[in-house]
Amino acid sequence: MRRSGAQIIWECLEREGVEVVFGYPGGAILPTYDAMTQYDFVHHVLARHEQGAAHMADGYARTTGKVGVAMATSGPGATNLVTGIATAMMDSSPMVCFTGQVPTTALGGDAFQETDVTGVTLPITKHNYLVTDVDDLAYIIREAFHVARTGRPGPVLIDICKDVQVAETDFVYPEEDLELPGYAPPSEASPEEVQRATEMINASERPLVLAGHGVLMSGAMQELREFAERGNVPVSQTLLGIGNMPASHRMNLGMMGMHGEAYVNQAIQSADLLLAFGMRFDDRVTGNLQTYAPDSKKIHIEIDASEINKNVPVDLGIVGDLKAVLQQLNPLVESCDRSTWLTQIDEWQADTRSRDIIYQEANGELLGAHVIRDIWEYTNGDAITVSDVGQHQMWEAQYYHHERPFTLLTSGGLGTMGFGFPAAVGAKFGQPDEEVWAIVGDGGFQMTNQELATAVQENVDVNIAIINNAYLGMVRQWQEFFYEERYAETPLVNPDFVKLAEAYGVPALRVDRREDVEAAVRQARETAGPFLIDFVVEKADIVYPMVPSGADLDKMIRRPTPSTSPASVRS
Amino acid sequence: MDHTLVALVEDKPGVLNRVASLFRRRNFNIESLTVGHTSVPGVSRMTIVVDADRTNAHLVEVNLNKLVNVISVQDVTPDRAVTRDLALIKVKADATARAEINQITQIFRGKIVDVSQTSLIVEVTGTEEKIDSMIDLLNPFGIVEMVRTGRVAMVRGEKSVPTMNGRRPALKSVS
Repeated sequence: MRRSGAQIIWECLEREGVEVVFGYPGGAILPTYDAMTQYDFVHHVLARHEQGAAHMADGYARTTGKVGVAMATSGPGATNLVTGIATAMMDSSPMVCFTGQVPTTALGGDAFQETDVTGVTLPITKHNYLVTDVDDLAYIIREAFHVARTGRPGPVLIDICKDVQVAETDFVYPEEDLELPGYAPPSEASPEEVQRATEMINASERPLVLAGHGVLMSGAMQELREFAERGNVPVSQTLLGIGNMPASHRMNLGMMGMHGEAYVNQAIQSADLLLAFGMRFDDRVTGNLQTYAPDSKKIHIEIDASEINKNVPVDLGIVGDLKAVLQQLNPLVESCDRSTWLTQIDEWQADTRSRDIIYQEANGELLGAHVIRDIWEYTNGDAITVSDVGQHQMWEAQYYHHERPFTLLTSGGLGTMGFGFPAAVGAKFGQPDEEVWAIVGDGGFQMTNQELATAVQENVDVNIAIINNAYLGMVRQWQEFFYEERYAETPLVNPDFVKLAEAYGVPALRVDRREDVEAAVRQARETAGPFLIDFVVEKADIVYPMVPSGADLDKMIRRPTPSTSPASVRS
Repeated sequence: MDHTLVALVEDKPGVLNRVASLFRRRNFNIESLTVGHTSVPGVSRMTIVVDADRTNAHLVEVNLNKLVNVISVQDVTPDRAVTRDLALIKVKADATARAEINQITQIFRGKIVDVSQTSLIVEVTGTEEKIDSMIDLLNPFGIVEMVRTGRVAMVRGEKSVPTMNGRRPALKSVS
């Protein structure tokens, strides 16, 4: 059948099972938007900025495991996607972005709204394509979806010249196998690797699992749990790994790293075997590499071979799909008595509890940690939360205890302020039956708050909690600790967020007392469509504990216990 | 110490750019990179010499492998491999110097491929060390211009860099 390039795009998206596309029209992508009107299978969400569209597609992908799709025009439309693409790349989120490009006849001539988008996105995509022949289009789209979702997932961009969208060809969907001679994601471990890993695990006295995002991407949650339970091996999470094991599970210790639990970092430094499952030893979880986990052997199971021995040298690296490898290992893991090790960790944990702000007497101030803990309680710990970047992001990770996988979405690798709210909108499209909360800071929210209009236009039932301390709080915290309290450009003069929301047609409340949190959360939950709560919190609060950048992992700045003075406490 | 990697890549637009961009982004130090056709249509071959003192050659190998258009990568350093570099060297040469330069060229089994009143172009093939030695000998005459291809390599014996059974990796046209 004769089809235009624009029609072929939608024919292919339908066959890929795409149901929603986040985008923004413009000159070079107009033929494709025009053709969209002939297809009923797809719902298009009109963002108010292409960055918002990219984060929405990313949020959709992170809650569903399906490929998120974003669409934009050439030039500025495409460059506005860039932050969203880089965010997805760093966090291995599967995404396909379509961008319009100037006609093939104008390529390279600096035409109006021409940008070399495949050049710009080369280092921040898993792969990208420039389509100059309509006969290549269907095959490229099919290949792009395959590359985006398999192996270590990631964003793929397809840049399509405007005349290719208009040109017609005989369309036959390519059903045959893809020819990707250089692309074969790994699966199982070799028998030798299995044997060596088993010996190391069964011989260890103080093992600890470092469970990352890869557990979720691989769908290895059940296998991880089995591994921990069989072997009495405690498990800790990276920020993006949160949810890969229920927070309440007896073998789950919680988050590691810069703002991780102090006892988890102590356990890492004291372990005799670290089992890195689908994580990449980011500097935010290792601290000083020279002193990192000095007494431990290390096993790294990871789908991306280039992550093994990149930051931390390991004794055994296994390139494979975590779920498949754990299925090989689990039957061979012996049930060892590790009570001495677990008791030791319990003792460290008790010390942490004594310092926890939640257990300290309230002094009337509303703290970010309080707000997030209360949202956790009044949503029964069962919502999908999408955080932005900064102090509130760490409090979310510490005080919202996730029992289910794929319920915390956050920009971990790139640390993209402005991610939270649009990603929450995308998440709601992915999981319409789930309760979705965007937990954002007052700084980051203002980077993408134009998407309030999208939320209203689409009547997206997402609740927004602004943890508003009128500061760029995490930067302020660094300035307090490391820049002698010179608060350069971190105080914010904010708009009235309640009025701002109301201007967009979003009902909103302001809360500045702990006792009002519950009612506000309940009202947000009972209100259909978007709802915003501006939580005005203590300005000079600190996220504890903190490993200063580049410091040894167990040299944490700890929250003072009630009996000690704030200034002098280090452990 | 350097490492020699041989990569087979799909002959598609932008592949060299992807490889070069990877080296830049990952801060890899590369001594040389050569590209050319292979016996299989649609497949090109790159020989990449990595400065292994400053760059972990294994990381280069596994990162190259991540590129969708890279078919295979092999570190041939531990193998017995034939490695060759080719140089064209334009040397100042009046009538009196020609004989001596000719003699040096003979010793290195090179060829004089161009002669003018005042200069010669010498072509020489061999290991990089051999060419370096020849350059040392030609330097006193005055080298006007020089170009080297950079290292190409092939493992000796039956062993070969995995190809793709003669299949051509090309986009399937849908029409």
